[in-house]
Amino acid sequence: MAEQVYWEDVTEGMELPSLVKEPTTRQLVQYAGASGDFYEIHYDKDFAIGNQLDGPILHGALKSAFLGQLVTDWIGPQGALKRLQCQYRGMDAPGNAITAKGAVTRKYEEDGQRLVDCSIWLENAEGQNTTPGNATVILPSRSG
Amino acid sequence: MSTPATFLTEEMRQQAIGVESQPVTMEVEKGHIQRFAEAIGDTNPVYNDEAAARKSSYGSLVAPPTFLRSVRGVNLELPFELSFSRRLDGGSDWEYFQPVRPGDRITAVARVAELSERSGRLGTMVFMTTITTYTNQFDEVVATQTNTLIAY
Repeated sequence: MAEQVYWEDVTEGMELPSLVKEPTTRQLVQYAGASGDFYEIHYDKDFAIGNQLDGPILHGALKSAFLGQLVTDWIGPQGALKRLQCQYRGMDAPGNAITAKGAVTRKYEEDGQRLVDCSIWLENAEGQNTTPGNATVILPSRSG
Repeated sequence: MSTPATFLTEEMRQQAIGVESQPVTMEVEKGHIQRFAEAIGDTNPVYNDEAAARKSSYGSLVAPPTFLRSVRGVNLELPFELSFSRRLDGGSDWEYFQPVRPGDRITAVARVAELSERSGRLGTMVFMTTITTYTNQFDEVVATQTNTLIAY
């Protein structure tokens, strides 16, 4: 686990350590079981094709979970997630690696909390941003 | 099934906005949190290691940020049939107020916030924005999720 990041160490434009995910159909089934979302477009190829898709696609909520991990890995055990938002613009298919990325867009204080806004997104193997989003986090301070 | 060229009227939109679901309550189980963390491939010890979690800012095991997606059965009954058989998730926006811990009893209520129609690659699509509020057993709102459902 990386060292705890403190609010003082953050600068606008700073990049978050990226997170590579290699989802498989097996993982989508596992996610279906854990989340209770058994919609067949996520694991049944014939069903997906019958729904005008090229094949099974990732659950949008699994993609937001990847972005959630990107952010919670970065903020460490003393940070807290305040907001996590993303749009599923492009579809992602199992068997293709995707990379969760992020960059700090704003650093500020509000109501006594030390906050950081980040732009976050998922990038596919072709370098396309399939899932743009934003996050707001609370970070600990070196001054306590 | 063929897709209607246009579906949504302003009257239907007005009827739907504000519709609320029945509340659904789920008890948060430690094993469920662990299975969920495994399914998303997140090995953060705050989800499965009590000793490590105790040293975190939460002071105990917590659930991953999107765990509340596993509260199922929150049904919105619109006053009309949304006559499209296919569904896509358009996006979600979570706000967090309190951590979710094993043993919590979380009650979810969803409400229709907006309904609109657009034409795109998949034909006529209806976008339904819902806001789900998750409340714990202490009557504290732990999170809200604004979600966009695309029916086509």
